[in-house]
Amino acid sequence: MGEMAAEPAAGQFGIGQSVRRIEDPRLLKGQGRFIDDVNRPGQCHAWFVRSPHGHARIQGIDAAGARAMPGVLAVFTGADLAAEGLGGMPTKAAVKNRDGSAMKTLPRHALARDVVRHVGDTVAMVVAETREQARDAAETLAGAVDYEILPAVTTIADATAPGAPQLFAEAPGNVAFDWMQGDAAAVARAFAAAHHVARRTTVHNRLVVAAMEPRGGLGEYDTATDRYTLTTPTQGLTEVHKMVADYGLGVPAAQLRVVTTDVGGGFGMKNYAYPDQLLLPWAARKLGRPVKWYAERADSFMCDAQARDHETTVEIALDKDGRFLAIRTVWLANLGAYLTQSGPFIPTLGGPRLVTGTYAVPAAVCESKGIVTNTVFIDAYRGAGKPEAIYALECAVDQAARELDMDPAELRLRNLVRPEQMPWRMGSGQVIDCGNFPKNLDLALQAADYAALPARKAASRAAGKLRGFGLSSYCDPSGFRDGRVRIAFDPSGSVQLFLTAQTNGQGHETTFAQILHQRLGVPFAKIRVVQGDSDAVGFGSGTGGSRSVTVAGVGILRCAEEIEAKGKAIAAKLLEAAEGDIVFSPGTGRFDIAGTDRGLSIMEVAKASFAWDNVPDGQSLGLDASFHNVQRRPNWPNGCHAAEVEIDPDTGTPALLNFIAVNDFGVVVNPMLLEAQVVGGIAQGIGQAMVEDCRYDPETGQLVTGSFMDYCVPRATDMPPIAWVAHEVPTATNPLGVKGCGEAGCSGSLAAIMNAVNDALAQVGAGPVEMPARAETIWKALASARYLKP
Amino acid sequence: MAKHHVTTTINGESVEFLCDTRQTLLDVLRDELELTGSKEGCASGDCGACSVLVDGRLVCSCLVLGVEAEGKSIETIEGMAKGDKLHPLQQKFLEHAALQCGICTPGFLVAAKALLDSNPNPTETEVRYWLAGNLCRCTGYDKIIRAVLDAAAEMRGETHG
Repeated sequence: MGEMAAEPAAGQFGIGQSVRRIEDPRLLKGQGRFIDDVNRPGQCHAWFVRSPHGHARIQGIDAAGARAMPGVLAVFTGADLAAEGLGGMPTKAAVKNRDGSAMKTLPRHALARDVVRHVGDTVAMVVAETREQARDAAETLAGAVDYEILPAVTTIADATAPGAPQLFAEAPGNVAFDWMQGDAAAVARAFAAAHHVARRTTVHNRLVVAAMEPRGGLGEYDTATDRYTLTTPTQGLTEVHKMVADYGLGVPAAQLRVVTTDVGGGFGMKNYAYPDQLLLPWAARKLGRPVKWYAERADSFMCDAQARDHETTVEIALDKDGRFLAIRTVWLANLGAYLTQSGPFIPTLGGPRLVTGTYAVPAAVCESKGIVTNTVFIDAYRGAGKPEAIYALECAVDQAARELDMDPAELRLRNLVRPEQMPWRMGSGQVIDCGNFPKNLDLALQAADYAALPARKAASRAAGKLRGFGLSSYCDPSGFRDGRVRIAFDPSGSVQLFLTAQTNGQGHETTFAQILHQRLGVPFAKIRVVQGDSDAVGFGSGTGGSRSVTVAGVGILRCAEEIEAKGKAIAAKLLEAAEGDIVFSPGTGRFDIAGTDRGLSIMEVAKASFAWDNVPDGQSLGLDASFHNVQRRPNWPNGCHAAEVEIDPDTGTPALLNFIAVNDFGVVVNPMLLEAQVVGGIAQGIGQAMVEDCRYDPETGQLVTGSFMDYCVPRATDMPPIAWVAHEVPTATNPLGVKGCGEAGCSGSLAAIMNAVNDALAQVGAGPVEMPARAETIWKALASARYLKP
Repeated sequence: MAKHHVTTTINGESVEFLCDTRQTLLDVLRDELELTGSKEGCASGDCGACSVLVDGRLVCSCLVLGVEAEGKSIETIEGMAKGDKLHPLQQKFLEHAALQCGICTPGFLVAAKALLDSNPNPTETEVRYWLAGNLCRCTGYDKIIRAVLDAAAEMRGETHG
């Protein structure tokens, strides 16, 4: 048929091709529409008053001065929300304590009602004609809040010490939950019989997420329809939608439309609703005008969820041959001042799935405590517990190798789950379906020229340097939970693909068009991917947990099955053939009468599907399908990362010489975009391991690292060359064979780098050191080991 | 307070605008002239998302006042492509997938253009150090560096793909 003749050869845009991104031309020309670029005529501007104290009681707020300032339209405080019964912010991840009781619910309000619990806690909202006027008035109002300053605690040790200041009456000792998983008795027996027990406590440093786009929002209210609109960057609308409708507005969800335009990075931090998002549409109705807010960076450091911050002790019981008999993990999580949507999930249902990692360990137990402190609340960040678990375990494996004087590669090889042991049921109950972990290790060692490592170490020593090598074997459960997909052809010959998945840089407009193109043979250029409008995409989970390619990808396949069936019925009618004689060819997108050259393209069938006469009685007009897909089991991306560092002992400066990433992501939809995702994740791992560190003053709770001048996001000069080795084992847990790739870079990279640093230090009896491995930290370790003579 | 009348050149076109004393060049570009390609990432000169050229010099437009544009020649991301014809740097960013969320990308492109304007044959180290004033949280920089080196080679007439 004529219209198909102009199409490029099938396969050019299909699964497995490095198709260039559809979204890029607009972004490259500066035509992206991020939240700061979305504005309305007549809008006013919000600014938030935030607590300057780590812990304080609000005695009173005198808003008169601020209200009288130029351009000020309104000042709202916690009392205004309380009066309407709004503004509560419950946690989503309610876990159970080890005794079976429910975790305590800790109060959290969009605007503080009596006590502020971290620097940056939201105290009041000021709305004015311009952003500058709102900011000026907010500064005035900030000085008119009467605080009784309370003692603050910022660390796990201080918060759990006897007599420590208490954040909540509901959480005695500042412990929000005390959780356990595993077979403690079996683990105790294994430890009693062990030849050796290796023990390592690691500190998992707190991070600032620092998406390059600060958060923001635009709240609107339409009196005529009694309907609100919130435009705001998210990683999926539904979580924000539910929270804002239920707790910010107190209206049914249908009375609120949530819109997300281009998103400037999320990394987990833009998954859930924040106080400001609850307040913007609420204030828009109060004021009868659109209300806009765009955070300045100093705000972002205090009002965006922060990440990580754990102390984890891993004990490994080994037999005389170095085989792991059992692993015991004690996990202390600093959750910050409030239990966020995912906060309690991270050290319980999130990370402890992986306490045995890629190893065939018969018994495991994990105890986790969630601790509240006067610091910014913790929420999901690229991995949400998975990188933390792998890091703690892989550091302990290296510790065991050092204590037993074994080659860390050999120790890993003896204990890795072997392919013939798959599917492997972990002590946590999780089942890994496939992967070849020993091969990953072997490929990493080959790429690293491991055999020549001793010679390289000797050469470094001869030059007065210390060289170290580190490995990290990882797996990363990904790709489960739900997401909604709808495919809708139109009479003009194009097709729209609606997703609740929400790109925040991953390239969904391209990846999912590739899958649809492959499955239905729709011309690639005729596909438009729609995300980020709740009126269009409906309810369903967004992007997080390395979920989208699996959940939305399989959703596309399910929709395509229905469209194929509908299309066959229409083609049969048009071709005057029996439906059973129609054969559909996904590669060409043609419905043909079997054994003949008579047929129709899917675009012809789609156009015809809108005419009454062409559609069988009882079948819907048009060609469309929707499917709310649930993936109940995760898939298991895995791999082995390796790093090599050289330390200058005179200054402690580490140089990351090389990074090797062996990864298994199953079937790859777009190799170029996959590599981009994973290298980006590795970069965040390198940032955490080498330079990033969020610090608070332990006495006052002041955020010390409150700008890019104090908090170091890695720069172009910080990144080593990355050797990329693909070792794909397709999974049978989904019909595409894909495995999630978004978080693996973080999960794999951290321990490789730190094991390399500590390998270098161990050669002279120094270390181990904790992240970030900055020059000062390393120099102090060398000095205290008396390797240096300061 | 009276606004200032400023006459300047933006992307080769003569432009007049009125601005407050306190408005930055970034504010003026975005709010007065609807040139929203330059982004506010930090408003303190740390991230480079608002990078523009003023008389050929790379600056953070969040640290320049609007009134300072008087008599100057400003180049922004909006001037790089000629209609649908991408600048070689933009084309190489596209081919190398050197962007993900894309919010830092205009700043990187303007900064990279400034580099290649003055040094058409930079080493990888020179590119990395030149772009160290631009933060990107998504890519890990590797593909950006490859794209800039590839664009430089193409602009020198050396490579084909």
